[in-house]
Order: sequence, then C-alpha cells, then structure tokens
Amino acid sequence: MTTTERNVVLHVDDVSKNFGGLHALSDIDLEVEEGQTHAIIGPNGAGKSTLLNVIIGRLAPTSGAVVFDGQVLTGKKPHQINQLGVARVFQTPEIFPDLTVLQNVMVPAFARRDGAFRVNVLRSVEREAALRDEAEAILEDVGLADRRLSHAGALSRGDKRRMELAMCLIQHPRLLLLDEPTAGMSRHDTNTTIDLLQKIKARGMTKVIIEHDMHVVFSLADKISVLSGGRIIAEGLPDEVRGNIKVQEAYLGGAHRLEAVH
Amino acid sequence: MALFQLSRRDALILALFALVVVTMPVWTAPFGANYPGLMQKFAIYAIFAIGFNILFGLTGYLSFGHAAFLGVGSYTAVWSFKLLTMDALPALLLAVVISGLFALVIGFLSLRRSGIYFSILTLAFAQMSYNLAYSVLTPITNGETSLQLTLQDPRLIDLAFTTRGAGLPTASLFGVTLSGLSGFYFCAVVLLIAFFFAQKVFASPFGMMLRGIKSNQMRMSYTGFNTRPYALTAFVISGMYAGLAGALLAVTDPLAGAERMQWTASGEVVLMTILGGVGTLIGPVMGAWLIKYFENIFSSFNEGILSRFFDFIPAPLHDTVVAIASKFVGEGWQLTLGLLFVLVVVFLPGGIMEGVRRIGALFRRGNPPKAGAMRVQPAE
Amino acid sequence: MDAILAQLLNGLDKGGAYALIALGLTLVFGTLGVVNFAHGALFMLGAFCAVTFRYLITLETVTVDPTQTTAWGTALEVRTPLAQTWFGDWGAVLIDWSVPLSILLAIPVMLVIGIVMERGLIKHFYKRPHAEQILVTFGLAIVLQEIVKAIFGPNPISQAMPTALRGAADVGALIGLAPGALTYPLWRLVYFLFSAGVIAAVFGFLRFTTFGMVVRAGMADRETVGLLGINIDRRFTIMFGLAAVVAGLAGVMYTPLLPPNYHQGMDFLVLSFVVVVVGGMGSLPGAVAAGFLLGILQSFASMNQIKSILPGIDQIIIYLTAVVILLVRPRGLFGRRGMMEN
Ligand SMILES: Nc1ncnc2c1ncn2[C@@H]1O[C@H](COP(=O)(O)OP(=O)(O)OP(=O)(O)O)[C@@H](O)[C@H]1O
Ligand SMILES: [Mg+2]
Repeated sequence: MTTTERNVVLHVDDVSKNFGGLHALSDIDLEVEEGQTHAIIGPNGAGKSTLLNVIIGRLAPTSGAVVFDGQVLTGKKPHQINQLGVARVFQTPEIFPDLTVLQNVMVPAFARRDGAFRVNVLRSVEREAALRDEAEAILEDVGLADRRLSHAGALSRGDKRRMELAMCLIQHPRLLLLDEPTAGMSRHDTNTTIDLLQKIKARGMTKVIIEHDMHVVFSLADKISVLSGGRIIAEGLPDEVRGNIKVQEAYLGGAHRLEAVH
Repeated sequence: MALFQLSRRDALILALFALVVVTMPVWTAPFGANYPGLMQKFAIYAIFAIGFNILFGLTGYLSFGHAAFLGVGSYTAVWSFKLLTMDALPALLLAVVISGLFALVIGFLSLRRSGIYFSILTLAFAQMSYNLAYSVLTPITNGETSLQLTLQDPRLIDLAFTTRGAGLPTASLFGVTLSGLSGFYFCAVVLLIAFFFAQKVFASPFGMMLRGIKSNQMRMSYTGFNTRPYALTAFVISGMYAGLAGALLAVTDPLAGAERMQWTASGEVVLMTILGGVGTLIGPVMGAWLIKYFENIFSSFNEGILSRFFDFIPAPLHDTVVAIASKFVGEGWQLTLGLLFVLVVVFLPGGIMEGVRRIGALFRRGNPPKAGAMRVQPAE
Repeated sequence: MDAILAQLLNGLDKGGAYALIALGLTLVFGTLGVVNFAHGALFMLGAFCAVTFRYLITLETVTVDPTQTTAWGTALEVRTPLAQTWFGDWGAVLIDWSVPLSILLAIPVMLVIGIVMERGLIKHFYKRPHAEQILVTFGLAIVLQEIVKAIFGPNPISQAMPTALRGAADVGALIGLAPGALTYPLWRLVYFLFSAGVIAAVFGFLRFTTFGMVVRAGMADRETVGLLGINIDRRFTIMFGLAAVVAGLAGVMYTPLLPPNYHQGMDFLVLSFVVVVVGGMGSLPGAVAAGFLLGILQSFASMNQIKSILPGIDQIIIYLTAVVILLVRPRGLFGRRGMMEN
C-alpha cells in the first residue's frame, strides 16, 4: 500500500456525537480507501454502530461531517445516501418480515433501477424477469436459494442476516457497511459468509465491517481501527493492531464494563 | 398494452368477480337482498373499502378520516348535477379530482406523522370537515338539510340542449336514466373498473414498495426509497376511491349530507376492511357486503318476522327466544355487529379471507397454510 | 377581564371530564399497551350507574317490595334499609343527593366491569397489533352501548343535581370583583373540584404507594420489572379496573350537566383520544394538562367575539389544536419518543 496511490472514498471528518451527556463519539477521523475492507473493532458500547448510523444518515452528528466520494453525506436523507451507493447490514437484522425472501431481495433492486420514487402501476412484478433472476442468483450466492419463497420473518437470525446481505449486494453499492454480519451464525455459515465477502472484495467493493469475531476480522480486513469509549485508540494494518497493547486493555476494560452493566 | 395486462391468476379472479357482481340480483334473492337500493350500496361501499385497503392494507397507515373524502365526493357530484348536467360521468370525474386534491392536502400534512398520531390527524381533519360542513360551510353543503337538487338549479349544460322538465331530474348516462337496476349496473361497472385498478396496484412494483413500507418503513429509507411520496400517492389514490364512492352515492340518490363525513362512517370502512381481511383484494369487498347486509336487512327484522321464524319452537319457550333474538335485530342490529367484530378479531384476526384460506387448507389434505402477514392463532 | 375569567371557568368542568377520561386511557395504554376504544363506554356506563341508582331508590319509595331489590347489586343492600327506614325526610334527601351518592354504587360496579373486561377480553390483546386492539375494543364499545340502549332506551335520561348545588357561586366576589360580576354554576364548580380531587388521588396513589411505584416502573420498562419477579400482570389488571372507576366517576358526576344517553361514550372517546395524543401518548401529566387546555380553549372559542372573527372556530378548535400540536410537537405536549409510532 503506497501512500501515493491512495484513493480515499469515505472520509469521516472530526465527527462527534453526544446523547445528552454521553459522548458516544468524540472527534472521529477515518479514511477508507477504495476497494479496501476497513474493520472497526472495539468493546460493547464503544460507539461502532453509532458511527455507522452517522454515516448512513440515521443520526445527525453533533459536529463534524462525513464525505463520500466528494459528496457531503451529513445532512442528506437516508434514502439519498443510499442512492449515492451506500448500503448497510444492520446489527439487528432490518428486513421486511411480511414479505418473502425473494421479495425482500427484489425490493432493493427496484430502488437501484427506479430511483427513490417512481409510481409504476402499469407493469407487474411478475414480469420483472431480469430483476428476479438477479435476485435468485444472489440468493444462490448467500445460500438461501431454497428458502426464497419462505416468509422472511420466519427465518433464523443467521439466515436473516444473510438475506440482509443479499439485499445490500443486489444494489451493487459502492460502499457496504456491515454491522456484525456473522453474529448469530454457525461456524460453517460464518465461513461461507467470509468466502462471499472475499469474493465481492475481488470485485472491488469498498467495505466497512464491524465485527467481534477476530477470525472474521483477520480474514477480511486490510486495515483495522479500534474504537473505545467513542475514540479511535489505535489504527493500522491487521498485524500492527494484533500486537497493540492498548487494544487488549480496551477489550479488557470493555469486558469489565459489560459485567457491571448486566 | 401493459395497461390492460393482468397475470393469469388475476385475470381469472377478475372474471369470477365480474360474474359474481353481474349476477348479484340473482344470488342475493334468497337472502332478500336483491333490491336495487341495497345492491347499489354493495357496489359503492365495496369501492370505498377497496380504496381504503390500498392505503391501510398496503402501507399499514390506518386512516380514521376517510369518510371526509366520501363526503367531498358526494358534495362535488351533487354540485355537478346542480350546475352542469345530470350526466353521471362529469360528476364522477369531478368528484375524483376534487377528493383527490383534498386527500393530497390532508395526506401531505397527516403523513408527517406515523402510527396512532397519523390516525388522530386524519380523524381530526375529518371531524373538522364534518363540523364545518354543518356550520360555516352551509352555503356549500346546505348544512343539516343536506345538499339537494332544486327546480331552480342552473344545470348549464343540460339546459343548453333541452328545456327544464316538470319535476326533479334523475342522474343519467348519455341520456339513459340511472335508477333502480340500471343504477346498480352502472355502479357495478364502476366497481369492476375500480377492482381491476386495485389488482394492477397490488401486482405492481409500486404495490410491492407500499408493502415494504408497511413491513419496515425504516428499511425502505435505508434501501434508497423516499417513502413519504409513496405513502402520499397511496393516500391520494384511496381518497379518490372514496370520492368515487361518494359520487356514486349521489348518482343513485342526488343528496349529500354531512353525516356521511362523520367519524362513525370512517370507522365503518375500517371495520369492513378488517372484517374482510386487510391487505387482500377480495376481503374488503366481502366485509363491505356483510356489513351493509347486516345494516339493511337485519335492522328491518322485527318481532313479527322472528316469531314466524321461530315457529317450530314450542309455545312456552317460543316467546323467550323471540324476546332474546329481537334484541339482536331491528334496532339492535348494531349489537350483533359489535359482537361479530369481537368474535372475528378474537378468533379470526385475518378476517373472513383468513377463514376462507383455512377452510381451503383443510381441503388440501388438512395441511395448515403458512400464515402470511396474518396471525392465525388467537393470542393467548 | 371578567369575560376571560368566566371562559376560563367555563372550560374547567368540561376540561375536567376530558382529563379524567384521558387519564384512564393513558393509564391503560401505559400499563397494558392497549389502545382502548371502549374507554368512552366506561364513562357512559358510569353515567348509567347514576341513572340506575336513582331508579333504584325511587323504586323503593314507590313499591316497597324487598324481594325485587335483591336481584340488584350488592351496594344496594346497604342502602335499602336507609331508604325504607327513613322513608320520610331522609328518603327525600337521599333522592335529592342521588347523583353524588351513586358514586358508592359506581365504584364497585365499575371496578368489577373493568376487571371482567380486562380478564375476559383485553388481556388476549396485549401483544396484538394496535389495529386489532382498536377493532376489538370498538366492537366491545358497540356491544356495551347497545346493551345500555336495550335496557334504558334510546333517549337521554336527565338527572337532577342536588337542590343545594343548583345555584351559582359568586366567584367574582371571592377574588374581589363586584358582587354578581362573575358567577359560576355551583355544580360545574363541584365537578371541577371533584375531577381535581380524583386526579390528585390517582397521582397520589401512583406516587406514594408501593403498588403505584411498581406500576410506574412497569409503565417505564415492563420487561425489567417483570424480570424482578414481580407479578406485573395482576397489578395491571387492577390498574385497568382503576381506570374504569375513574372513567365511571367522571360519567356519574357529569350526568347533571349532560343527560346520559347510550352513545355519549363514543362522543367523548373521540375527543379523549385527541386529548391523549395532544398530551403525549403515555404521559399522565400530559393527559391532564391537555384535558384542561382543550376544555378551556373550547370555551374560549365559543365566545361570540371570537366567533365573529373566526366563524366556525368553536366547531373545530379541539381538532385544530390537535393538528397544530401534532405537527409542531410531534409527540404531543409531554410525549416520549417512539411511543406508538408503528
Ligand atoms: N439513540 C441513542 N440514544 C441514546 N444513547 C445511545 C443511542 N444509540 C447508542 N447510544 C449509546 O451510545 C453508546 C454507543 O453505542 P453503540 O451502539 O454505538 O455501541 P457499539 O459499539 O455498537 O456496541 P455493540 O458492540 O454492543 O454493538 C452506548 O452507550 C449506547 O447506549
Ligand atoms: Mg453495535
């Protein structure tokens, strides 16, 4: 990785987020390079999900801004941000529980093809063969082809997560944000997901991934940022971070905090 | 043309539905419901419920103010009769446009909120319309006396071609009088068109996006959809359906009163839809028919009829049974209605259509169906 | 100035009724998570407790037949000897004061009705979608009002207030205005004080008893309280009964102001829902504040001076306020975020 060729697509610029008196994020600076997989790790409550919420427009930052591909995302509506090519897999699956798995994957395809709003009552979904084929192919990729007619609400947590991944992938996002994409999955499914994510990485999709599972992190990440108490306490290549003593402290501290809370 | 295309299944459903509607005078006869006035209501309230379901069934937004659009449709149609012509088409067209505009304004404001806040906003707008129709808007609505035709109406278009007749005119279509059975068949044709359009909406990508909004609106935004205009479009479409229904009420009886806009009327269409089956195409139609049937037939039962009906019961018991049963008919038909709702919601939350599905499943080797959006079990 | 004060006062009794109904609605929503469209019917049933009570005691004085009376509620058995023994003067006093006295009948009756309703029907709907809750309680409301109609007939039955409370109080004199400058019907004053008292009692109960504390904790976070091993459901059932009593009492005392009819519950329900939402779904102080606020606004809007500037405003003021508040303050005056938004 030579600094001369750096092509930063996502730029988190000095972002802070307070919830009342709680500083969930403090002066976060983050640069994600095109085509890279950037992992964010850190203990529970570190502010990882909050950071993604700020990026996709679910939360407005208290200060600072997010820039994606030269466009300021801060202040834009969530659907506008998605239309710019940013998709997200949530920590607790956000799906359409009343629709079938296939429909769940087709809906985002329409957003990509028809834009943020289009009243299209003349055509019928049945006749959208191209989109359906594409959705089925992606379901095949994530291993849900045989469940495509099931109701999404009835899927297991791990399956919901894989379906949500498919919902994001069908949009061919330029930036994919993944909030613990393998939580709740069996080891086998975790490995398939890793394979899948490596495959799309080969296609050059930029990814930000939050993960507690170090196996996943070290299989995928090009770069790792460690978040703790709302601050980035370490950043670097996987090997650099692995040995970083501060990181271990943060995890230890996090574990203590966790016990105190519950 | 894409406009007229339906899937095989939908085309079949439409054909069957058309058959049922057209033969209504025949199959309603055994129920004593085959008089035109009631059948017109069947068709009209079916349109109202189908339209309501496009909003509630697809987007999940529960409006408690749809009667306002019905009322606006009626007033518009009567004004069209008074000012322009007794022909039904301009009346329907104007009613749809005006109620659509009305829905656009109310929907634009109400859809800024969701959940019960949305319901209360729509309710508040409808109640305002209702109260104003009774008070300051009397010049337009004629207040408590209702808006009616008079012998002095200008009827500019009609009177340009013919001279004023002796009595009050009736609504017509290209010169054919719409009353009695012809009135019913006119409503029936409009119902079929309305049903067809609802089918198109249900099968379209647009309909699928509306379902997405109902299922998880937040996900829709993060998936790149601007959900507000989607919901607003659904709101306006369903407001237009209500206006259309209101105009048909005026076609069959050129009279428009403010009570049509009252919240009980809004509640009624909610009940029709849920009773029949929210989010299904046929359900709201069945709900509308059932409720209108109860209202018109049950409320006309009296002790005399009951007494004859229970003739087979021996004398000492007979009077008691008649006395009890009489509480449920005539004046008391609403009691039956209320009980019915409670029972349906408790035991059949998916409405009649859920029951049909379950019976259908019984025939398919007792294989219980996968419940879709509906819950099958009563909560315990 | 006097005119403004007079309108303020005029709004208080109606506001009191709104506040009491809205308080019960909010309690039920906050504890059970149920949108109860039958709550207005409870107000109506309370009013008919007063009708029943008067019917019973007047029945006593006309036909002295103890076997007839036992079929009625337990509360009567206490009253029966009174009405009979002191048939002369005391009987007349009893009848004269029948409206306030019917509270004694209404409390147990409404408590039982509330608990039966909750156990028999509402409890099955805790986790069901709000639309289904609305439908089932709406159906229940129709059933209740039709039963009342079948028993008491369709016409309003006016209830006299006690003779002693019939006049008007010279409120103006109390605050130093000229005598007679500002008078206010005594019964309305009584109603306002009564509703204030009931509201204070409910808040006191929730704040100062262990039971109330658990219920408040449950309203804030049901699951956690459940995890502590506290049987929250039984308490919530009792809360439902309590809400029924509050609505019933509001109905009893309102009878002299508005002759009870079988459908008044629905009329008040719509307004009360508006009140609850304006106050902020789930907020008890919000319900009370919005109740009085809307009552007072309504009485101001019916002033002739205001009507001449804004014709028809008296007809829509409540709804207009609701619309404005909801659009400007999305969660009502005191609402919490995320309540009932889906
Ligand atoms: N909407 C909110 N309102 C108030 N506080 C919030 C909100 N969202 C998050 N927080 C708080 O901000 C802090 C950071 O939360 P966040 O969800 O970002 O943590 P995280 O790093 O994703 O943790 P986990 O690994 O458990 O997912 C936590 O203390 C959390 O309670
Ligand atoms: Mg998180």
